[in-house]
Amino acid sequence: MSLTKEQIAQRIARELRHGYYVNLGIGIPTLVANYIPTGMDVVLQSENGLLGMGPFPFEGEEDPDLINAGKQTITTVKGSVFFDSAVSFGMIRAGKVDLTVLGAMEVSDQGDIANWKIPGKMVKGMGGAMDLVASARNIIVAMMHTNPKGESKLLRACTLPLTGVRCVKKIVTDLAVLEVTPTGFLLLERAPGVSVEEIQSKTAGRLTIQGEVPEIVF
Amino acid sequence: MNKVVAGPAEAVQDISDGATILLGGFGLCGIPENCIASLVKKGVKNLTCVSNNAGVDDFGIGLLLQQKQVKKMISSYVGENAEFERQLLSGELQVELIPQGTLATRCLAAGYGMPAIFTPAGVGTEVAAGKEVRTFNGKDYLLEYAFDADFAIVKAWKGDTMGNLIFHATARNFNPLMAMAGKITIAEVEELVPAGELDPDAIHTPGIYVQRIFQGTNYEKRIEQRTVTRR
Repeated sequence: MSLTKEQIAQRIARELRHGYYVNLGIGIPTLVANYIPTGMDVVLQSENGLLGMGPFPFEGEEDPDLINAGKQTITTVKGSVFFDSAVSFGMIRAGKVDLTVLGAMEVSDQGDIANWKIPGKMVKGMGGAMDLVASARNIIVAMMHTNPKGESKLLRACTLPLTGVRCVKKIVTDLAVLEVTPTGFLLLERAPGVSVEEIQSKTAGRLTIQGEVPEIVF
Repeated sequence: MNKVVAGPAEAVQDISDGATILLGGFGLCGIPENCIASLVKKGVKNLTCVSNNAGVDDFGIGLLLQQKQVKKMISSYVGENAEFERQLLSGELQVELIPQGTLATRCLAAGYGMPAIFTPAGVGTEVAAGKEVRTFNGKDYLLEYAFDADFAIVKAWKGDTMGNLIFHATARNFNPLMAMAGKITIAEVEELVPAGELDPDAIHTPGIYVQRIFQGTNYEKRIEQRTVTRR
């Protein structure tokens, strides 16, 4: 069984450590906030100008002046702080954010990432993604293993315009957990019931299998 | 030192065709609603607008786009606006997409009197095309220039008659940076108070950066994504 989006987020949450400052991108990465282990101190950064992002507000308590980078209404938690966009990207550029989780359209086996533009089709922009991937110390990509046409999103080289080069450290897909190494993707874990052969057939980039690959346990 | 003008019409009266304007806000959060409405009414054309986003179809900068008043947009993310995408793909609108942190820091540089900055954002991507690359401590950085803008229009929570500004929550975003970066900066505020009433320790933007200020009216503060937790 391939992982649901929630399970991808749940697996990524295991990468969190006590005391981490974390930036979660839009989409699956946002869901990671739901799986922060109880008792673990993790501070969420929202690049529009907030450290200490909390859950969505109760109905009727929305503040239009308080949103996250996905423009969703949110709340703050104890110890939160607001700042301008230059300070926000200053702390990102200076490497103060411990972990960045973001989505992708393609990842290469060198750790290049493409997630902001499909020429002639989709023109949305990079937002803060280029700044984040250029500076974050640890970048995890959350995405589906293949695109809606069934083609691999894990490639030898990206075909879409790049967001950043040689920056992705780990990828969690609906089928597998992979690490980016100097020799390409290394298969760390597989989704329950998904075979190594299936992952191999759906990974277009270089893929290394070492010994027995464990299943992700939930 | 009184910088108070009567309202948005007076504040934007000398913004003419072809002007470059920095517009504060992130999404629809903290945008200068009153001044945008006055620019639409005035019908000024061929504007170059620098703003993180381009509004939505019927609000924010989207209103200027609807009237075809914008020649060029410089933004980081424009995904919420169908009219924008249509004008872009048809070639009516010029668009320069730049990383969000680069956008912020190019404002900061202008306000700090520095001509340019070096940033790693965009190295190895099409954003780097034609730009000078310098290597510091083994890592590559792009040279990006400070913005040179005729006007900045920002929205603050509170302001005083001398132009000192305080922002609220994430409506701060690009506003204080753009306030520092404009040759002429216009601030619209939800509450205008006499000089001396704001706590000097709490002021985010020193009034020296602000040339015109007025108390805005009828703020809609539209929410783009209303997300709530069930009780």
